[in-house]
Amino acid sequence: MDERIPSGAAIVVGMPRVLLIEDDQAVRDGLSMALGGRGHAVDAVATGEEGLARLASRPPDIVVLDLMLPGLDGFEVCRRIRAAGDLPIIMLTARNEDIDVVAGLAAGADDYVVKPARAQVLEARIRAVLRRSGQPAAAAPTPAEIERHGDLGIDRAALTVTKGDKPVALAPTELRLLLELSQVPGRVLSRQYLLESVWEHGYFGDSRVVDACVQRLRAKIEDDSSAPVYVQTVRGFGYRFGPL
Amino acid sequence: MKLGGLRTRLLLAFSLLVVITAATVAGGAYVQSRTVILQQAQDATARVLVDKATALFPLGPLPPADGTLSRISGELSDRDLSSLVLYEDKSSGNEQMRALISPELRERVRSGNVAWQRVDSRGTPMLVVGTRFTVLLPGGQQRDSGIEAYIARSMAPEAKSIDELATRAWLIGGVALVFAIGLALLAARGVLRPVRELGDAARRLGKGDLRARISVRGSDELAGVARTFNETAEALERHVGELERMEADARRFVADVSHELRTPLAAMTAVADVLEQEASKLPGDAGRAAKMSIEETHNLTRLVNDLIEVSRFDAGAAALAPEEVDVAEVITASLRIRGWTGEVEGDLPSGIFAEWDPRRVDVIVANLVGNALRHGEKPVALRLSEAGEWITLEVSDRGPGLAPEVLPHVFDRFYKADSARARSGGSGLGLAIAWENARLHGGTLSAANGVDGGAVFTLRLPRLGVTA
Repeated sequence: MDERIPSGAAIVVGMPRVLLIEDDQAVRDGLSMALGGRGHAVDAVATGEEGLARLASRPPDIVVLDLMLPGLDGFEVCRRIRAAGDLPIIMLTARNEDIDVVAGLAAGADDYVVKPARAQVLEARIRAVLRRSGQPAAAAPTPAEIERHGDLGIDRAALTVTKGDKPVALAPTELRLLLELSQVPGRVLSRQYLLESVWEHGYFGDSRVVDACVQRLRAKIEDDSSAPVYVQTVRGFGYRFGPL
Repeated sequence: MKLGGLRTRLLLAFSLLVVITAATVAGGAYVQSRTVILQQAQDATARVLVDKATALFPLGPLPPADGTLSRISGELSDRDLSSLVLYEDKSSGNEQMRALISPELRERVRSGNVAWQRVDSRGTPMLVVGTRFTVLLPGGQQRDSGIEAYIARSMAPEAKSIDELATRAWLIGGVALVFAIGLALLAARGVLRPVRELGDAARRLGKGDLRARISVRGSDELAGVARTFNETAEALERHVGELERMEADARRFVADVSHELRTPLAAMTAVADVLEQEASKLPGDAGRAAKMSIEETHNLTRLVNDLIEVSRFDAGAAALAPEEVDVAEVITASLRIRGWTGEVEGDLPSGIFAEWDPRRVDVIVANLVGNALRHGEKPVALRLSEAGEWITLEVSDRGPGLAPEVLPHVFDRFYKADSARARSGGSGLGLAIAWENARLHGGTLSAANGVDGGAVFTLRLPRLGVTA
C-alpha cells in the first residue's frame, strides 16, 4: 500500500505537516501563524527551490504553494512535485485570473485558494484534502471486499484500486472522486455536488477543479481517456460512473 | 435619385438650357428655311403661269370661242401642272381642280391679281395659282377678258424637304440634349462625389470611427470643405484618444491599486483569524479594537475583491466560461451554500437548460438575493421562466420598494439608495457586478417595483450565453 499511495495519502496522525511556499514574508508569517494556531506544523519557505529541497529533507503531508514565485515558479514546482508523487497540493494565487487557475490545475494541483484568503478557508481546504488522504482504513475492520467494475477493482476498505491485476496509483483527491462516483454506478452526479462532497467547498466552487481531476483520473484508469467508459461526462449535468 | 437633389437640379438646368437653345437655333432655321422653300415654289409656279399666259397673249375675240378655253388649258398644263380655265359658266381642263379653288382665291383672282393658295388635297399639299386673262382690243386697249386660269401643282417634294429639315432639327436637338444630360451628369458627379464622400465620412465619424478621413482633390471650395473636415476629425480623434487614455489610466490605476492591496491584505486576513481567537481574551477597549480591525479587514478584503472584479470588466478581461447547466440547479446550489434555502420562496422548475457560466450566474443570484434579504422584507420570492431563447429570473421582495429617483441608479457603482444609511455589509459594487455579469452573457438585468409593492429585479439571459 505504501508504494502505491505515498506519504501524502498516509493516515495523518497528530499534527498535519504543511509546507508553505510563499515569497512575501508578511503573508508567509501570517499564514504560518494562523495555520500553526489551528494545529498544523508549518514549514515556511520563500522560494520554489527551497521548497523542493525541504520536500526531500522533511516530507510534509500537504503543500500550500504560491503561484507567483521568483525563480522557479509555482507551476513548475507543482509539476515537479506531481512527477515525484501524489502529495496533495493546494495552490495559492494572488490573481484570480482564469488562465492561472486552469494552468495550475493542469499542472496537478488538487485545489486552489485565492488570496487574500481567510485562514479558516485555507485551513478548511487543507483539512478536506487531508481527510481524503486519510480516509480511515483503520475504521473499516471488515475483511477486504473488492468491488468489480469491468477491469477495475475497487477496495473501499483498503483504499486501493486495481486495473486488470495491476495496482493503480491514485492521488487522494482522485481516489475520493472515484469512490464517490463508483458508489452510485449509473447515477449522474453534478459538478457542484462533487465539489461539495469531495472537495468540501463551502461556497459555489469552480467546477474546473472537478474537470481537471476527472482528466487526471481518466488518464490513469481509462484505456482511452478521449473515449472514457468508467467516468463519463453527461453534458449539462456532470459525471457518471459507467454504465460499463 | 432624390427629387430635390443636386443631381436632379443640375440635370433640369442643363436640359432646359439645351431645349431653349436648340428650339431657338434649330427652330429658327427651320422656320426660315421653310419660308424660303415655300416662297420659291410659289414664285416659280406663279412665274410659269404668268409666262405661259403671256405667251398666249393676245387671245382671240370675246367671248372666246369654245376651242380657246381648251387651248389655254392645254397650253397651261404639263407633266407637273394641271390646269382649269373658267369663263362665266364654261370651263376647260382638269375638273377635279375645282374643289381646290376656294372662294377667297377666286375673289382675289377676280379682282385682277395673280393669287395663290396652299391647299390640302387628300393628304397631298397642293399649290393653286390663279390669274385673269386680259385681251387686247383692236384699238390697242387692253381689258379684262373674264377668263380665269388656275394651275395646281403638288408641293410634295417641298413638303418632303421641309420634313427632312424638321427631322434634322429634332435630331440635332436630341443629340444636344443627350450631350447636355451627359455633361450635367458629369458635372453632378464632379460635385456630388466629394459631397457623398464627405457625407459617408461624417456618418462614419458619427458612428465612432474616428479614423474617417476624406481625400482632398484640387483646390476648389469642396476641397476646402474636405480639408476642414479632416482637420476637425483629427482634432476629435486626438481629444477622444486623450480622454480614452486618461480613462484607461484611471482604470488601470484602480486595478493596480487593488492588486497591490492584495498582498498586505493577504497577510492581514491571515493574522486576523489569529487575532480573532485572542480578541475575546483581551480586556476592554483592546478587545473591541481587535474585533473592529478584524471586521474591517474582512470588509476591505471584500471591497478589494469586488474592485478587482469590476476592473476586470472595465479592461474587457472578463471572459465567459459557459457550460451546459440546469438553471434551477445552479440557483438552488447558490441558495443552499449560503444558507438561504429557508428564507426564499422559489418557483424554480427544473429542466431549463442553458449554456451559461455557472460561477457568474451564481454571483448574480447571490447579489440579487443578498440584496433583497438585506434591504427588502421577507418573503423573498424567486421565479424562473423560459420563453423561446430567453430565460427570465425574477427576484422580488415585500419591502417598501425602490424610490423612483433611485431606480435609474441601482446598478451604479457605490450608489447608496439612502445616503444616511450606514454601510450594510456590501461593498457597494454587488449590483454593478451582477449587471456586468448579465451583460457578459448577452442579457439584461433591470430593476422595478412590483404591482403589490416591493422591489423586483429581473434577470433576462439568452439560452446561449454570448460574450457581449
